[in-house]
Amino acid sequence: MSFSIFLQHLVNGISLGSLYALLAIGYTMVYGILRLINFAHGDVFMLGTYIAFYAMTSFFLPWWMSFLIAIALTCIFGIILERSAYRPLRNSPRISVMISAIGASFLIQNLAIVIFGGRPKAFPIAPIFSRILNIGGVSIVSVSLIIPVITAIALYILNYIVNHTKVGMAMRAVSRDYEASRLMGIDVNSIISFTFGTGSVLAAIGGIMWGLKYPQLIPLMGLMPGLKCFIAAVVGGIGNIRGAVIGGFILGLGEIMIVAFSPALSGYRDAFAFVLLIIILLVKPSGLMGQNTVEKV
Amino acid sequence: MLKIRDLNVHYGGIHALKGISIDVPENKIVTLIGANGAGKSTTLRSIIGLVKSSSGSVVYDGQTVTNKRTKDIVSKGVVLVPEGRRVFPNLTVEENLILGAYIRKDKEAIKRDMEWVYQLFPRLKERVWQKAGTMSGGEQQMLAVARALMTKPKLLMMDEPSLGLAPLIVKDIFGIIKEIHKEGVTILLIEQNAKAALEIADYGYVLETGSIVLEGEGKHLLSNDEVQKAYLGE
Repeated sequence: MSFSIFLQHLVNGISLGSLYALLAIGYTMVYGILRLINFAHGDVFMLGTYIAFYAMTSFFLPWWMSFLIAIALTCIFGIILERSAYRPLRNSPRISVMISAIGASFLIQNLAIVIFGGRPKAFPIAPIFSRILNIGGVSIVSVSLIIPVITAIALYILNYIVNHTKVGMAMRAVSRDYEASRLMGIDVNSIISFTFGTGSVLAAIGGIMWGLKYPQLIPLMGLMPGLKCFIAAVVGGIGNIRGAVIGGFILGLGEIMIVAFSPALSGYRDAFAFVLLIIILLVKPSGLMGQNTVEKV
Repeated sequence: MLKIRDLNVHYGGIHALKGISIDVPENKIVTLIGANGAGKSTTLRSIIGLVKSSSGSVVYDGQTVTNKRTKDIVSKGVVLVPEGRRVFPNLTVEENLILGAYIRKDKEAIKRDMEWVYQLFPRLKERVWQKAGTMSGGEQQMLAVARALMTKPKLLMMDEPSLGLAPLIVKDIFGIIKEIHKEGVTILLIEQNAKAALEIADYGYVLETGSIVLEGEGKHLLSNDEVQKAYLGE
């Protein structure tokens, strides 16, 4: 393989890794605060893409406006999802909430099939995203460069919110101790809503960029990325935002590189994530960045 | 300042409080003593809205706050330092204090109060950037009290502040309670260490399996035969 082709794969791997990272953060944040795997997160991601699609094709809005609307609506949807599927079960055993999450996921997928139709749709791509750039002999589609940049900006803002604002501090406090947080006058429910909103915004950003890179929309498009990003979050150490980002990049780069170096394995591309999961669970079950925590009683 | 009348709390099939009435007058130190499971913690937790009461009333500053949301009660100036300190271990000392002032908007005053609690607890000032979870038990207790003070409370409730601490640190903690009291904060204190509590308290209540069996001025309770037998081990 020539160096320029390697670079091409590298760029692809980084942009796929960015998308995984954005989605994985949603899993890890919700887990951190609710100890719940939000199985419907992949479907929130799918919804974000579809909303952007319809804003552009049915309402003929410019792409940037469509994207902003899709992000806002997906954010609201994530908050509604938490209120309707998880909040009523706040004091129930964890298994009930998990079943509710799986149910919510199936419901959204099947509603999407009914409403959007099962036939694949082509995501419209503005010229700015499909320009072919030639950098030092490597030709790259502009979207592959835009994705990591947007991801970096989103991560920077997220990091600022979590570590340097009061609401971020409250999120970290709530993730450790509900009751002590309430004693500080923190409204735990609104912090949880905020967490779901943030996770959904990132999922929508990821979904839209996914549409730009892989412009084929189907209602089940959230399933595989959802599973993989859940794995990315576990690999990185679930509950840890940095871990989720690292996990996402490992997964994205790994997938692309396996196919690049041995094309014969390309059929096993999706298996990479699961093999990685098995290895991590055997070697370091708490994940790369995770701490071994004692189960709270 | 705080008037509890005929408060009943049931939870998990247990009748935890059986119609207790307590008065906490302004600028006083009041203490609840009693054995484990007598209902002391439940009393404090229901005052601040963490536990719902089934009947009775809690009146604070002339307003009924029975079963109100914790957030609303805290913003009226009531705060609880919970049993076992419950500082946020993953946050720094300073972040813990900032969260103490979560409901407040008066930035200038928050800054001043931050200086004040650092004066009260110089140990915390040395550890501003340290994660709270890495500190010793005594330091965590100081942080828990400091964090509570950041809410700018008028009524400070403390649940077993001396639990699990070395005697020397317990002495420190009681010294600080007195100092906070001097600043005009009313205090409602729960203690296993009945002697230390009654010594600084203006008034005390003795709880037994959810009912008040005895009450009186701190000094009187201290010399009461029954109290001495049951709680002071004499």
